[in-house]
Amino acid sequence: MSALAALQLAVRALWRNKMRALLTALGVIIGVAAVITMVAIGAGAQKRIASQLDSMGTNNLTIRSGSSAHGGVRTGVGTTHTLMLADAEALRELPGVVAVAPNVRSSVQARFRGTNWGTSVDGVTPEFFAVRDWPLAEGELFTAREVALAAPVCVIGQTVVKELFGLTPALGETILFKSLACRVVGVLVAKGASAFGSDQDDVIYAPLTTVQRNLLGITYINGIEVQAANRAAAFSIVPEIKKLIRQRHRLRDDQEDDFRIFNRAELAQTAETSAQVFSWLLGSIASVSLLVGGIGIMNIMLVSVTERTREIGIRMALGARRNDILWQFLLEALILSGAGGVIGILAGMGGAAALAKFSEFQVSVTMWSIIMAFGSALLVGVFFGLHPARKASHLRPIEALRYE
Amino acid sequence: MAEPIIRMESVHKYYALDGVRVHALRGIDLNVMPGEFVAIMGPSGSGKSTLMNIIGCLDVPDSGGYWLSGADVTRMNVDELAGLRNRALGFVFQGFNLLARTSAVENVEVPLLYAGVGRVQRRTRARELLQRVGLGERLNHTPNQLSGGQQQRVALARALVNRPALLLADEPTGNLDSATSVEILDLLTELNQKDGVTVLMITHEPDIATRAQRKLVLRDGTLES
Repeated sequence: MSALAALQLAVRALWRNKMRALLTALGVIIGVAAVITMVAIGAGAQKRIASQLDSMGTNNLTIRSGSSAHGGVRTGVGTTHTLMLADAEALRELPGVVAVAPNVRSSVQARFRGTNWGTSVDGVTPEFFAVRDWPLAEGELFTAREVALAAPVCVIGQTVVKELFGLTPALGETILFKSLACRVVGVLVAKGASAFGSDQDDVIYAPLTTVQRNLLGITYINGIEVQAANRAAAFSIVPEIKKLIRQRHRLRDDQEDDFRIFNRAELAQTAETSAQVFSWLLGSIASVSLLVGGIGIMNIMLVSVTERTREIGIRMALGARRNDILWQFLLEALILSGAGGVIGILAGMGGAAALAKFSEFQVSVTMWSIIMAFGSALLVGVFFGLHPARKASHLRPIEALRYE
Repeated sequence: MAEPIIRMESVHKYYALDGVRVHALRGIDLNVMPGEFVAIMGPSGSGKSTLMNIIGCLDVPDSGGYWLSGADVTRMNVDELAGLRNRALGFVFQGFNLLARTSAVENVEVPLLYAGVGRVQRRTRARELLQRVGLGERLNHTPNQLSGGQQQRVALARALVNRPALLLADEPTGNLDSATSVEILDLLTELNQKDGVTVLMITHEPDIATRAQRKLVLRDGTLES
């Protein structure tokens, strides 16, 4: 029998029992739609995490001054004063390092006219904004020359703009902290909350030297941000950095590090892995419903084979070979699962679009999930259709003909 | 001398009925020549249906030989038997055995479907046969829209559609009233005499068997002429 004739036969048989066919396919429809919607939620979460990580700089390492031990008293991270600007300069020479941004931190009460706002004033170099991938909304950055001169200028975040200036244009105005007056030369774009929940926009950046000399009166720095060429380099340069700084700080082998290295790439990797696990988890829960849909197909096909035993007997008497009967029933199962798959894909995309519109979920329907879901639906059709079809094709003609 | 269409030599068949082994056919020898019209009679339980199933290649003998147009049926596998039923045999059953909810013309097309005949040819040939049995006006009627006699005509058209060498009729008039029975028997006789179709008919009614050229009686699994 030709493939086309077999297909027509299968479609006609299903058409005779439209309602039953629809209900049988419904299991697959729901299964496929669930897989696509769930994976879309997972992929959406993954995307959201990835974009948050990007805003932190995923190939970055942070070096902070460490703890010290004096006579059994061990102080916390950031309490030693051994990290110097020269250390940062030395790191530039390491292979795999793209940019280095030394910084100092301080907390101050910033004042503008009658208003004041407690925030942090960090001393950085222009490179810092490149490392953080943080553009300006207006104005301009302070220059390397202004850093060298310890110029009284600053760049401010959006939260500071809101709290200190309100509706007044901030550019060109002067902010006072302690005895220092800094002119606002630039306003950064909003960056939002960090992955840890702190407000990244609640900050004032001034030249490193300005904060060191004019605000804090120190010579050391608090930390260095290092941008690596890529994710792999971020991991591989950690021991190099350690070695270099230990050397520069003249630490003996039996002494602990007086600095700490935080690898953001590590964090990024963890976050991405967990997002992926989340995605897989959602997908596999949804797959269970697809499996149940497949069992529904098998159930109905078995009923159908029993009901049509006499038809099978007649067909066999008239010359149908085993494979003709096998394909007739297998094609019915495949059409059910295939059509269920297509409708399920549309329903899943609709469901994902509805979720995106009416809920907080970020969703992303991927081509990959559509192909996977449709492929699984067909596989389910073959897997669960094969048993009833084989059962039909192995009936003995005389018994099938006699069946009432 | 021409080769017989059916040649059977000491065919035996057993089957189990509720765990009891029944010796249904006890050494059947049978020769049917092309163009013959043979009736096999016998009381119920005599093994008529078992014999018919074996002749119709729906079942195989447990021992003995059976050649259909010279081909050794006992050596064939299930798919070869299916091919043989499709090409060499036409069936007419007591209960018509038409596909329900399927039009007359589509019913007649079924054997052609499994013979791999194309769509257009199938339709033409099926129409031709339905016209031949006098149902040219009812091509698209489904079995439940047809009378018993009409249904048996559709079955007859279906049996003939692949131009089989042998037509097997198992109590073809068993479900019909006497007037309709005569019509069907007339049709069978006509097919045998005009078209030279070999007919083997099973019946338990002696007056129906008189239509045949040769009458055989099956009793307790053996043939008497």
